[in-house]
Amino acid sequence: MSLASPTAPPVLDIAGGATPALATPDAFVPSRGFWGQVGSKLLRDPVAMIAACVILTIVLVAVFSPWITPMDPYRGSMLRRLRPIGDSTYLLGSDELGRDMLSRLMLGGRLSLFIGVTPVILAFVIGSGIGILAGYVGGWLNTVLMRTVDVFFAFPSVLLAIALSGALGAGIFNSIVSLTCVFVPQIARVAESVTTQIRSRDYVDAARLSGASTFTILRVQVLGNVLGPIFVYATSLISVSMILASGLSFLGLGVKPPEPEWGLMLNTLRTAIYVNPLVAALPGLAIFIVSISFNLFSDGLRSAMEVKA
Amino acid sequence: MSTLTGAVPTDRDRGGPGQPLLTVEGLVKHFPVKKGLGGKKAVVRAVDGVDFGILKGETLGIVGESGCGKSTTARLIMGLIAHDKGDLLFDGERIGSRALPLREFRAQTQMVFQDSYSSLNPRMTIEGSIAFGPQVHGVPKRQAIERARSLLARVGLEPARFAARYPHELSGGQRQRVNIARALALEPRLVVLDEAVSALDKSVEAQVLNLLMDLKQEFNLTYLFISHDLNVVRFICDRVAVMYLGQVVEIGPADTVLANPAHPYTAALLSSMPSMDPDARTQVAPLAGDPPNPIDPPPGCRFHPRCTLVEEVCRSVVPPLDPVDPLHRVACLARQPGSGHSLAPMMTVAA
Repeated sequence: MSLASPTAPPVLDIAGGATPALATPDAFVPSRGFWGQVGSKLLRDPVAMIAACVILTIVLVAVFSPWITPMDPYRGSMLRRLRPIGDSTYLLGSDELGRDMLSRLMLGGRLSLFIGVTPVILAFVIGSGIGILAGYVGGWLNTVLMRTVDVFFAFPSVLLAIALSGALGAGIFNSIVSLTCVFVPQIARVAESVTTQIRSRDYVDAARLSGASTFTILRVQVLGNVLGPIFVYATSLISVSMILASGLSFLGLGVKPPEPEWGLMLNTLRTAIYVNPLVAALPGLAIFIVSISFNLFSDGLRSAMEVKA
Repeated sequence: MSTLTGAVPTDRDRGGPGQPLLTVEGLVKHFPVKKGLGGKKAVVRAVDGVDFGILKGETLGIVGESGCGKSTTARLIMGLIAHDKGDLLFDGERIGSRALPLREFRAQTQMVFQDSYSSLNPRMTIEGSIAFGPQVHGVPKRQAIERARSLLARVGLEPARFAARYPHELSGGQRQRVNIARALALEPRLVVLDEAVSALDKSVEAQVLNLLMDLKQEFNLTYLFISHDLNVVRFICDRVAVMYLGQVVEIGPADTVLANPAHPYTAALLSSMPSMDPDARTQVAPLAGDPPNPIDPPPGCRFHPRCTLVEEVCRSVVPPLDPVDPLHRVACLARQPGSGHSLAPMMTVAA
C-alpha cells in the first residue's frame, strides 16, 4: 500500500538507535528532583503553609523571648494576682503569683518546644538506625531487634514515660531521656516496615548485582527512599511528645518551678480554675496550637511526598 | 569509548568458543513454608533439578507458565538467592570459587528485570542509576557519567534530554532502555533478561527487541531470555528450554521445539497461542487446570495429571531428559524408547 503512494511517510526505523518517536521537539524542562517537587507542592498547600507559619512564629518568639518579653516573667506581685485577659498592665492576665502570663508563655515556649522536639529528633536518629538495620539485614537480627522493640510496645506510652521519668528522677534531661525511650520503638517499627518494602525493590537487587557493598547500597540506594516516610512519621510524633512532656512537667517529673513551662504552668494554675478559668486555660491553648500545627504540617508533608515516588 | 564499542576483551574468554558460557547442573531451590505450629515443615520445590547450558553468543529462551520457576532460576544464577544444591559454572569456573569470586562473576553478568519502574531508584537521575555500577567498580564519577551518557545514546535516548531525568518522567519503554543501558554499563558477557519486554506495549516491545538484537551483535553478548510469550521467544531465541514445575521438560533449537514439539506440555503451550489465521486453528485441547501445587508435586512425570498422553507408567516413572535427536532433549516417556509407554518409539538395538 505504501509503495503505491509517493507521499507515504517513511517506514519507522525500529531497528535504528534513536527512535523517531522519542525525538519529538518539546522543550525540555530540567527536573527539580524529588525534594524540589515536594517543596513546590507544599507551598501550594494552604493548611500546611499556615501551620508552618504558626510553628515558625512560635519558634521565633520562643527563641528571642528573653529580649522581647514585655515584662519580667519571674517577677510577681501579690496585689495583682489572677488579673483577667485584657488587663491594662497584663495583656493576657497574670498568674496565681501575679506574674505576667504573656511573658511567661513566651519564655515557656522555649522549654516546652525543647523538651518536646529533642526526644523526637533523638528517637528519629536512633529508631531509624535500628529499623533500617533490622529491615535491610533481616533474618535473626530482625527478629532480635524487633521483638525487643515489641516489648516496649506492651506499655502505653504515657505510662512508660511516667515510669521511666519517675525512676530516673525529675529534671529536663531525664524527661528527654524517658521520652526518647518512648519514641524509639515507634520510629523503629515504621523504619523497619519501610525498609523491608524498599529492600524488595528490583533496583536494590540491581545494585547488589553491580557488586556494591551493603553499606554503599544502604547509603546510596536505600537511605534516600526510606528517610522521607520516617521523617513524616516523626513530625507527627512532635505533637504527642509536646503533650507528654507537658504532662511530665504537670506531674512534677519534668521542669521545676519557677521555670516557666506550659505543662508546669497548667499545673500551678489549676487552683485558679474557678477564679479565672480563661487565664488558667492559656498554657493548654498554647500546647494545643503548637501540637495541632505540627500535626497539620505533617499531614501536608505526607500528601506532598505522595508525588510519584 | 573504545571499551564500549569494541569487542569483548579476549582475555576474559577463558575456555574458547566451544565452552558453554554458563552451565547449570542439577540446580535445586526449595523454599521452606511453615505449616502451622509444630506442623511438618513443608517446602515449595520452586526449582527442582534444572540442567542446561548457554553457549557463547547464543540466546537461550526459558518459557513456561507462571510459577514454574523461570524467575527463580534467573535469581539463582545471579546469586540473588542462594541455591540449595547444584553447580553453576561460568566459562568453566565454578561461581563463587577462588578462581571466580561472586563479585567478579557479577561484573560479567547483568540482569534486566521485568518491572521497569521498580528497577530504577526513584530518587536518582537515570544517568546516576547507570553510572552507579561503574562507580562501584572504581571508575571516577565524571568518567562513569560520560559512559552513562554514551550508553543512553546507544539505547536510543538522547542524553541531552534524558540524562538528568527521573524514572517517573519516562515512559515504560524508555525506562526499559535505561535498564538495558544500566546492565551494559559494566560490560557484561551474559545478560539475563527476566521478562524484560513482557510489560511493554507491542510496538515498544518490537523496538526494544530489535535494540536487544543490535546490542548483542555490537557488544558480543550472550542472552538468557526468560519469557512467557512464545512469539517473542521464537523471534529472538536460538535455543529454547521449556520449564514445568521447577524442571526443564524440553530443550532444543527454537525452530525445532516450537515447530515440532516433542513434549505434550510444549505442544499444549503452543496450541494455547491464538493463531492469526482462522483456518489454522488447532483442534488440540488447550491445557486444562492449574499447575499442581509445587509443595507436593505429583509422583512420576509431573505433567501426568494434565497430560493427554497419560498412561499408567507415567504415574510412577520419572522421565529423564533424554535426547530425541542430538540437539533436542525431552523428558517424556512417550518419546523414550523402551519406557513402557505405548507411544514410545521402538528400542534401537545397539550395534
